[in-house]
Amino acid sequence: MIPLQTIAFYLMSTVTIAAGLAVVFARNPVHSVLFLITAFFSAAGLFVLMGAEFLAMLLVVVYVGAVAVLFLFVVMMLDVDFSRLREGFSRYLPIGGVVAGILTIEMIMVATMVATQGAAKASAGPDASGGADVTNAEAIGRVLYTDYVYFFQAAGMVLLVAMIGAIVLTLRHKPGVKRQNIAAQNARTPATGMTIVDIKPGEGISE
Amino acid sequence: MPEQAVSPLLWFGLAVGQIALVLIWVLLSLAFLLWGDRKVWAGVQMRKGPNVVGPFGLFQSFADFLKFVLKEIVIPAGADKTVFLLAPLLSFTLAFGAWAVIPLAPGWVVANLNVGILYLLAISSLGVYGIIMGGWASNSKYPFLGALRSAAQMVSYEVSIGFVVITVILLAGTMNLPEIVTKQAGWFWNWNVLGGGLKNLPAAIVMIPMMVVFYISALAETNRPPFDLPEAESELVAGYQVEYSSTPYLLFMIGEYANIVLMCAMISVLFFGGWNPGFPTPFLDSWPATAQSAFFFLVFFAKIIFWFFMFAMAKAIVPRYRYDQLMRLGWKVFLPMTLVAVMLVSAWKVFGGLPL
Repeated sequence: MIPLQTIAFYLMSTVTIAAGLAVVFARNPVHSVLFLITAFFSAAGLFVLMGAEFLAMLLVVVYVGAVAVLFLFVVMMLDVDFSRLREGFSRYLPIGGVVAGILTIEMIMVATMVATQGAAKASAGPDASGGADVTNAEAIGRVLYTDYVYFFQAAGMVLLVAMIGAIVLTLRHKPGVKRQNIAAQNARTPATGMTIVDIKPGEGISE
Repeated sequence: MPEQAVSPLLWFGLAVGQIALVLIWVLLSLAFLLWGDRKVWAGVQMRKGPNVVGPFGLFQSFADFLKFVLKEIVIPAGADKTVFLLAPLLSFTLAFGAWAVIPLAPGWVVANLNVGILYLLAISSLGVYGIIMGGWASNSKYPFLGALRSAAQMVSYEVSIGFVVITVILLAGTMNLPEIVTKQAGWFWNWNVLGGGLKNLPAAIVMIPMMVVFYISALAETNRPPFDLPEAESELVAGYQVEYSSTPYLLFMIGEYANIVLMCAMISVLFFGGWNPGFPTPFLDSWPATAQSAFFFLVFFAKIIFWFFMFAMAKAIVPRYRYDQLMRLGWKVFLPMTLVAVMLVSAWKVFGGLPL
């Protein structure tokens, strides 16, 4: 009998590849994004099969839960002109083909390295496995915060710069805009918010 | 988790059986919790609430269920049919999928994952899709606006929920939910809300506010009042659900309530000791194993019901937030608060600890 894991592997890799193709071939851009999400999700399933459950969950939390939501947001709000998109296809085909070709060659090289020498030897860095009884969140933590701590910090700095950049691009101080001051509103009492004016008959109030 | 020795087919059957049991339990309790929700709401407003079907109106939810199922499914002409029908299915499936890792009693968990908490976060972050897809596929303005609001709201509050969960992970030192619960065994001061053990009691100064932040974020995350802006009827009719009728609507509604109960379960597990009653239970040792499990299960269930009651009271008492206030609360209040809390708790974990 075929083991359940093998069935699951073939099922999920088929879904991943089919969804990946559908991303490119779907006519509706929103459908494309939905297929992309499917592809991410089944890739996470493949990670679980490989025993990398921590990475799988991160993939879902970060890519599916946050990045793809923003993607979907933008694509839904865009008014995409399909005929113009089609025109671009033949123009960008050579560049796209070259990039895809390089990626494929690289992936085949990595895969053959891993297949012939094993994952631990193929990477030049320190051994991440850290013994058999360590969960894989712990194993990643051990190398990430020790051997690769500078890279980790650098990645954090890059993200911080990106974040500040986004804020700087969108932050605008217009003079004369009325803003809500919530602390002031909450601190408002009848004494500060109200004045009693004694109006004489026939005089009215002058501002 | 069954042992490796059993044959794959038997293992598969066992897993399906466990899933079916949890599913049926959640669905049945949902039916009565829904009734309880309406009763609490009615009680606060000095009405009687549902009282016609069955004793005290207990079977109201079942009558509603039949009504929903027997109605006609209306699909708008301009709708994207596949996505329109897929959206409620997705919401429903995800809401129940998350229950797989919730430990109901010692050893009673469908999937004992090492990254159980992350799984919960992952699944709840997927919940946005049901709503966005539904809103977009309806091809109508109100649902779309409702979906956008809802997605922005859920993404915002996920951040603070994530950070609150990190404080709990730091205290417990594990992401495995059954282990987190086991670590809170014994007296109630071992619960994470009080820092998880007498040694960490000062951490309660941080953890009690974190529990409150989690509760409020859970209200926002599940689109419950006072944060039910996606379906604010005065502005958006019913938000993303406008075009839905009959069974698809029912699926959305059940999914939403399953998520609410899941959040109640999460608060109980993360902060209030899950199945632990809050005092040592040596008297249980003479009981048969099933009775012990049943006892712990009832304790856990009681905690879920308590938190569900709190959710219902919030719905009844608190007026709805304005959207900008909601965003301000999420990003400008909760996010800095939880970030500081994460730093404080990790500092306590490294440098602190009462000498006991």
